[in-house]
Amino acid sequence: MMGGFRILLAFVALAAGLVIAPYVFSSGVALTMMSLMGVMIIFALSYNILLGQTGLLSFGHAVYYGLAGFCAAHAMNLIAANKLPIPLPAVPLIGAAAGLFFGVIFGAVSTRRAGTVFAMISLGLGELVAAFALVLHTFFGGEEGIATNRVKLAPFFGYKFGPQIQVYYLIAFWCLVCIILMYALTRTPFGRMCNAVRDNPERAEFIGYSTQRVRFQAFVLSAVFAGIAGSLAAINFELMNSQAVGAATSGQVLLMTFVGGIGNFAGPIIGAVLITFLQISLSDVTKAWMLYFGLLFILVVMYVPGGIAGWLALHRPLLRGGRIFKLVPIYALTAIPAAALVFGCILLIELAHHMLVEAHTDGPMLSVFRVSMNGASIGPWLSALVLFFGGAIGLRALWPRVGDAWAIAMNDKSEEAAP
Amino acid sequence: MTVAISLKDVRKNFGPTEIIRGVTLDINQGERHAIIGPNGAGKSTMFHLISGRLKVSSGAIELKGEDVTHLQPYEINRRGLSRSFQVTNIFPKLSVYENIRCAVLWSLGYRYSFWRFVDRLQDANERAAEIMEMIGLSSRHDVPAGVLAYAEQRALEIGITIAGGADVIMLDEPTAGMSHAETEQAVALIRKVSEGRTLIMVEHDMGVVFGLADRISVLVYGQIIASDAPQAIRANPAVREAYLGEEAHA
Repeated sequence: MMGGFRILLAFVALAAGLVIAPYVFSSGVALTMMSLMGVMIIFALSYNILLGQTGLLSFGHAVYYGLAGFCAAHAMNLIAANKLPIPLPAVPLIGAAAGLFFGVIFGAVSTRRAGTVFAMISLGLGELVAAFALVLHTFFGGEEGIATNRVKLAPFFGYKFGPQIQVYYLIAFWCLVCIILMYALTRTPFGRMCNAVRDNPERAEFIGYSTQRVRFQAFVLSAVFAGIAGSLAAINFELMNSQAVGAATSGQVLLMTFVGGIGNFAGPIIGAVLITFLQISLSDVTKAWMLYFGLLFILVVMYVPGGIAGWLALHRPLLRGGRIFKLVPIYALTAIPAAALVFGCILLIELAHHMLVEAHTDGPMLSVFRVSMNGASIGPWLSALVLFFGGAIGLRALWPRVGDAWAIAMNDKSEEAAP
Repeated sequence: MTVAISLKDVRKNFGPTEIIRGVTLDINQGERHAIIGPNGAGKSTMFHLISGRLKVSSGAIELKGEDVTHLQPYEINRRGLSRSFQVTNIFPKLSVYENIRCAVLWSLGYRYSFWRFVDRLQDANERAAEIMEMIGLSSRHDVPAGVLAYAEQRALEIGITIAGGADVIMLDEPTAGMSHAETEQAVALIRKVSEGRTLIMVEHDMGVVFGLADRISVLVYGQIIASDAPQAIRANPAVREAYLGEEAHA
């Protein structure tokens, strides 16, 4: 019961956070960013029903997000043209229905098998829909996409959802509802059987469950939530184009979910917030931002397979005895070479990118972290290399000590717990 | 006496090799039945055929009078047959308790339900706690099953097998790889969980077999060469020659 109370408290805190956020971050950019974060949180959590909960690696999850987005855009245009009494906040339900529809159709095909076969079919279906999107102009609107106007729908208690702040609260509301529902889903008999099927599908068959049915149901539910996310995207951007169903969007949701952590319910939320933030802010600062995402993904897969949430969860047992403070000195010390490594890496990427892509038009001068430098001279390159290798060597030297500090902190805890 | 499982001229080929060569066998309800035989005799294959993991090449299998030859494992399980595996087959990342609770869900009718909280299902939680007590793992409630000691994992394996309340239980080498003391504990557990049920087990430890079984079938090269009470099996010259050898004298 204690656990139930803590979860309730977490949801109340989350709701309060969503309400307060626009007062704390009140700029226009922040509002746009937070709206997108809300959409991406739903999208990433829906993806984790497949990947984290049921063990299904999909390369085509954008299909349900995108198709539902297009359906929502068309529905909004239809509602506006016919002056139907459906207000904007109800449009995500149309997205959910579209997700359900396409989830049932594509799920019936793809969930017969798990593992590589499932992954390949999801990739194939994704490519199929993406190809259709370029051909089927009436539905996908070709290169321009389908535009819509959310203000033309019937007002909802006087709100017309013109200003971004109103859209933010609409998204925040749906985000909270979806987070609660998806969390609740993990605590149902079906949610537990998803985990069982993920862990050992063969055994699940011998305790009475059809693994195919479990996968299918997980797939459909995941598509429903992706559909809600897609329709919110349509409301937010007032435009859907073929990119929304494409491989890049499918890759993005995989990136967000994995970086955040698939083994933890909060993981995709952290991933969606972080990646959306980086995507918007990095693309302003550097043209090589895609490269940074690729590097981030590789680093997480190699060194932190549990994602950010998994890494944070590792520290939870240390919280109880206050032992976590034992790690502060070594973490602070390790942060120095780690920062040097990161700065060196960024400098190398920016120098290389500038010299290879932009130097022939813009000249050799570039600015990194507001410091201008000449990419054609040896100085910046040398500093970058020194930072990079210095950081790498320092990190390598310190790493065993981090392990030792961990062992000491953990053992202290067990001594304390022992009677 | 009613028959729990009936095999009728069951055959299984892997390519040109026939592994099960026409097995006909009736196992009565409430019986503790052991299947013994040398390595490679086809004991595990027979288990896979009965439980639906493998499909027969020819012949028929009936469970409590119903033909289950072509059913999926989960369909057979729902009809009251549950099995364990020779190699431990649990849900390694789920907690010990969750392993057991998952195994009771179907039999209590919760199926694929996603509108009820699993923590609030009183009957499922009571039943799971009961099984945990029975297999002696109550103190390991929240431990991920994958980190349990080997003997504990074997006990959990049996717990998962019986949790759904199946009346026909199949155990594939339940004491393999255990120490003497662990084997004794496992036998006591098997005796306890098989009360009032039909038990079929494959086992190499003759002490366990002769101590537990009401009837023993001897499988050699995919054929049953004898099926009888333990004393008769011990005395059967064909069995002694084909399989028991030294162990029968021990």
